Amino acid sequence: MSEQKGFPLPSSLQVVPGTEAAQAAYPYYTQFHEGDDERFWFYNSMHFPEPMHHFDMVTAEAAYCALGSFNTRVHVLPTTKGIDHRIINGRVYIGGVPVTDPGEIEARMEEFQKRAFYYYENWEDLYAQWKDKMKALIAEAQALPKPELPELEPIETTHTGKGVAANHALIDTYRKQLEGYFRMWHHHFEFLLLGYGAYLTFFDFCKKAFPEISDQAISRMVAGMEAEIFRPDEELKRLARRAVELGVDDKFHDGMNIDDVLAALDQLGDHGREWLSELDKSRNPWFNVNVGDGFYHYHRSWNDDLSMPFAALPGYIEKIKAGVDIERPTEKLVEEREQLVADYRDLLDSEEDKATYDQLIGLAHRVFPYVEGHKFYCEHWYTNLFFNKIREFGALLAEHGFWEKEEDVFHLTHYELESAIVDLMLSWSSGTPPIGPMRWPAIVAERRAAIEKWAEHTVPPALGAVPDVIDDPAIVMLWGITRESLDAWLSDGESDENELKGFAACSGVVEGTARVIKSVTETDRIETGDILVCQVTNPTWSPLFQKISAAVSDIGGSMSHMAIVAREYGLPAVVGTGSATQKIKDGQRIRVDGGRGVVTILDEQRVLEDA
Amino acid sequence: MPEAVTENRDFIAWFADVGIGDRPTVGGKGGSLGELTQAGIAVPPGFVVTTHAFERFLEALEARAPVRSRLQGLDASDLEAVRALSGELRTRVEEEPLPPEVESAIIGAHGELCGADATPVAVRSSATTEDAEDASFAGMQDTFLWVLGAEDMTARVRECWGSLYSVESITYRLKHGLPEDGVAMAVVVQQMVDARCAGVMFTRSPTTGDKSVIAIEGAWGLGSAVVSGEVTPDRWVIGKITGEISVRDISDKHAQQIPAKGGGIVEVELPQELRQSPCLSDEELQALREVGRRIERHYGRPQDIEWAVDKSGEILLLQSRPETVWSAKDSAPVKPPETDPLKHVMSIFGGRR
Repeated sequence: MSEQKGFPLPSSLQVVPGTEAAQAAYPYYTQFHEGDDERFWFYNSMHFPEPMHHFDMVTAEAAYCALGSFNTRVHVLPTTKGIDHRIINGRVYIGGVPVTDPGEIEARMEEFQKRAFYYYENWEDLYAQWKDKMKALIAEAQALPKPELPELEPIETTHTGKGVAANHALIDTYRKQLEGYFRMWHHHFEFLLLGYGAYLTFFDFCKKAFPEISDQAISRMVAGMEAEIFRPDEELKRLARRAVELGVDDKFHDGMNIDDVLAALDQLGDHGREWLSELDKSRNPWFNVNVGDGFYHYHRSWNDDLSMPFAALPGYIEKIKAGVDIERPTEKLVEEREQLVADYRDLLDSEEDKATYDQLIGLAHRVFPYVEGHKFYCEHWYTNLFFNKIREFGALLAEHGFWEKEEDVFHLTHYELESAIVDLMLSWSSGTPPIGPMRWPAIVAERRAAIEKWAEHTVPPALGAVPDVIDDPAIVMLWGITRESLDAWLSDGESDENELKGFAACSGVVEGTARVIKSVTETDRIETGDILVCQVTNPTWSPLFQKISAAVSDIGGSMSHMAIVAREYGLPAVVGTGSATQKIKDGQRIRVDGGRGVVTILDEQRVLEDA
Repeated sequence: MPEAVTENRDFIAWFADVGIGDRPTVGGKGGSLGELTQAGIAVPPGFVVTTHAFERFLEALEARAPVRSRLQGLDASDLEAVRALSGELRTRVEEEPLPPEVESAIIGAHGELCGADATPVAVRSSATTEDAEDASFAGMQDTFLWVLGAEDMTARVRECWGSLYSVESITYRLKHGLPEDGVAMAVVVQQMVDARCAGVMFTRSPTTGDKSVIAIEGAWGLGSAVVSGEVTPDRWVIGKITGEISVRDISDKHAQQIPAKGGGIVEVELPQELRQSPCLSDEELQALREVGRRIERHYGRPQDIEWAVDKSGEILLLQSRPETVWSAKDSAPVKPPETDPLKHVMSIFGGRR
């Protein structure tokens, strides 16, 4: 580019006035410091679209501890190391660490081939082992006791010669839980970059062989069919079917009170209780999906709030009774995928290219079950256990006057929380009141106010000088950021205000009423035929796709949950628009062109036509 | 020289009876329409006036006064002489009596094709040599649309023949040393579609050569508006395999070409509400895609197709020929296979994208 447009320097960013103390409370290593102006940073709105509670920052910290380790030192990626992260005004900025010295790349290349190739060669065995590791880790977390402080130690402590008092269990449980969470992220990144890399290799080949192929066509060729991502929704269909079979389906209706329904079923006799036992089977583990992407404590799971899954039951029941087949046609989907792969193969000119294509699609199919499946175990199941355990500490500390509600605990960093736990342990030990109640309520209030202020404050999408090329495979793979997307950010504001661009996730053109859903609790406002506009979806949202006519999200790429489910349902979808939930007003008429990745706000146009 | 043929039926060949292998006698266009008809693709019915008919006529002309010998003696650089002879020969081809057996064969076939009512036909030259497919061989791509009645039709067939003796054609043959003895032309006579809309379709991307997409261009009325570039057509790009519509460029189509009273075509303004409406629905686009795929599969290579949608919504194929631009530069493989398939990932991880 001739005119050197750039983003603001980190040092030029101001902390929002009145939030200085809250900003300073984030760990020192997450604050921008000298030297950071020399580097390029971008706002990780994909994973952290909202200002971060101080405790929730642990999700970034643990993730980047693990991501970097595997890139830098385990698999030894030749051209990139880890990711640094910084936080300002509650927003998480990240910067890649490329390797540019040719000699170093060469040396790392050799290491990488020794290490990463071992993974590719033994993928299935290592992945089976991975699932065992994850399940063991989950079992460990489930076995951690609820933090409690009895008035007096139970007599058994004496009779068994236990020799450890109850307050010790607090720090023990907390540290184990925190340790488990950090470990979970290591497991998460054990395969992820290698999986994405194999997928991207196939992706690149397709883009070269078929310059106009859509991302979604490639995704459909690779998509797994048995992925865990579909399972929660499958369980809901199963429960709907069982309700009809057991003749208890009349208990489910729109706007039902969940507790009343559960109580009514319990009193209904054998059939009601049988359905409840089916519900239990589904809940463990498949309702351990949270309504976000695993980075915010307030994205609760289906198990924590049954209203979300239950809201889908009346629709499924109605369809079953009307004789509509709601089963996911796995065999047919597999057949279609194989046909797609074969049809594209036929278009290749040379036998050489066909041979390469076979090698690449073969590898992509081997690695993809991990790419699709890991989130259920990591970002959902384990993360739910983790945040709920922290909630138990929040409740215990609230009981002892540290703050008002259990949720307030998330305004402390994980270091501060440990100090509060130790404070309580000392108090129980000495028989004197804890100090925390004099300290934390004011801080909690201050940080709550800061987060509200930060939420109103927009931040630049990137900071620092624009690099000429972005060839850091981690950045490209995980965030889809390229030189082109940076140029688009820089030119933002010059484009048509009524048009939003994103990733083309599933083709088709639909016009309809936008339903802007900011939280999963609002989903009951969606009526059949509406267009869903939201920040991000995950398996929790799947049942909604039976009602809507199209979907738009702020966050996500062509392999995101919304994209995958939209393709399954054949709904036009545009993902990763960045700002749909801000620019589109609830109730506006919009047009979604899923093939081109464009969303158009139509209301202004209607005014013109009327004139 | 082909053997002398006297039987009437050989002056005429119906689409259903010919294929691309009959190109020497029915020309490229005729062979292709026959091939498509035989493959079960909806093509407006028609026949080819074969090269035998032309040759029989030429014999009759030669019997009255020499034709070929005079052409061979010409100097290509003597434009005046070329022009004078061209005018003379074209007049002879258009005006001298046809051998009765040729005339009755053509008129008989026309009657069979059109019945008693004056079904309009298109009359199009169908060249027999590879060179003639090249646009540079000017003057040999005549097309007459909405031709009414046997008399007019016969006159148009003669005009097509006459184009063999246009200044451009004569000069081209002289410059390339092509012998006059090999010169012949077939003419296609085909029922005409009163098209609601029409256009072209490429079964690979004209811009990138991508074989996984189909590009469709179309406008209201007859396809001549699109082919001649009189109207900026609507344009779509569709995934050949997936059917995804990735590009929708709906243009401002100011006019359309429609049949004129008494034959021929006329360009008329379009009503405001049609100008900016897409001329094809999504269903029609998908149906065209299916036809495009079938034809491509039939020929085993990407095609350049002319299509029309009639007033009842039926899709009809008017022409298909092999795509030539990208096929000529089909290039090196995208990526050679590796002995160890894992090596491929180095293109991502090794910074060698």
